[in-house]
Amino acid sequence: MVAMSQVLPLVAAAYSERLTRRNNSELTQIWDLLDQVTDPEIPVLSIWDLGVLTQVEKQQEKLLISITPTYSGCPAMDTIAADISSVLTAAGYQNFSIKRVLAPAWKTDLMSPEGKAKLHQYGIAPPLLNENCCSGQCFSIECPHCGSLNTKTISEFGSTACKALHQCLDCNEPFDYFKNI
Amino acid sequence: MVSDMNEETKQAVLNYTIRLGDDAVVIGHRIAEWCRNAPFLEEDLALSNVALDFIGRARMFYGYAEELADDGRKEDYFAYMRDHREYQNLLIMELPRGDFAYTMVRQLLVDVFNLYYLEQLISSTDETLAAIAGKAIKETRYHLRRSHEWVLRLGLGTDESKIRAQKAVDDIWGFTHELFDLDELEQQMADAGIGVDNRSLQQDWSAKVKSILEEASLIVPEDSWKVKGGREGYHTEYLGQMLNEMQCVHRANPGLEW
Ligand SMILES: [Zn+2]
Repeated sequence: MVAMSQVLPLVAAAYSERLTRRNNSELTQIWDLLDQVTDPEIPVLSIWDLGVLTQVEKQQEKLLISITPTYSGCPAMDTIAADISSVLTAAGYQNFSIKRVLAPAWKTDLMSPEGKAKLHQYGIAPPLLNENCCSGQCFSIECPHCGSLNTKTISEFGSTACKALHQCLDCNEPFDYFKNI
Repeated sequence: MVSDMNEETKQAVLNYTIRLGDDAVVIGHRIAEWCRNAPFLEEDLALSNVALDFIGRARMFYGYAEELADDGRKEDYFAYMRDHREYQNLLIMELPRGDFAYTMVRQLLVDVFNLYYLEQLISSTDETLAAIAGKAIKETRYHLRRSHEWVLRLGLGTDESKIRAQKAVDDIWGFTHELFDLDELEQQMADAGIGVDNRSLQQDWSAKVKSILEEASLIVPEDSWKVKGGREGYHTEYLGQMLNEMQCVHRANPGLEW
């Protein structure tokens, strides 16, 4: 088994494209402001890190914020939309709307490399890159506690839709894996 | 775009979309019945997550139906305020959850169907249906990976698990023909490039299901009896009972949000 850090590029094309969109935007201060909005279930991740925040635009005088759901039934989306409203309102913006976009569908390759590092520190194994791995089963998942690659899947589903449950066979600790889709 | 559709097309797409929402909400509710009843904790979480995916999928379809209807009927109306005769889900979705083997076998048969169906719906000329399909298929692939593994474990497990899995296959088989039936509305939608010609999926579905059942050393039943009627609103006695439970809170407190 090969350690994923040895062979995989760290940045996916899908993320690079989103980063370019942010860097070329004239509304940098809004993107920066929305870095305050975090995932209610994994609070170390901002909606930028997660890949949920996809676009910030201005239509006439109105700000248009586009977000895309991670999983169809993800209950966090309502909270995220409410949090975006609060942050914008608190910063003095009143004329805005939040649009939920379904296509292109969210995938873990949209996550930021910083976000993946934060997940790892938080004790959740970050998703592998889709472009390197079709089903997430051709590489071992690295234990976020001790770094061992000797791990097994306990359940394809964990405490939330986005996670699977794994266990380290060296340190014996169970851990969540943010599954790649 | 909804605004570009003529009234007739809009009604047809609305009815087609409601059906897809009905399929998702009904099977989602059946799976959700396992919440706190599953054989062990991890499985409880897994089933609840799959149920959530389907209920999320239903919300996407009903949300689109709300937009198409444009007459004040909200997504909750479609889920909670219609009677069983108005539901147009496929019968396989409403069958009671049975034992764990029954639930996983049904899931396999439905997941393989959804896989091929959604692959086609992604190319729908209707942008919203195509977008929902693009979202849903990722989840379906994941569901299938799991239902496939479970059917293998059951078929190749103990004598008891094998007997139960085989009984489930035999009991459900007659309900699978309806998946590939096409009525007038579905034909119209398929011709317009909006919907899917389900008949074209049957060959792939049969081949895949047969190879998995054989891998699990389960016997593929002979085609004998067939039941259909869900798309016309003719249901098994179980749907009314299920809706009664699913809808009672909303009907007692109409419009309640939480
Ligand atoms: Zn470890």
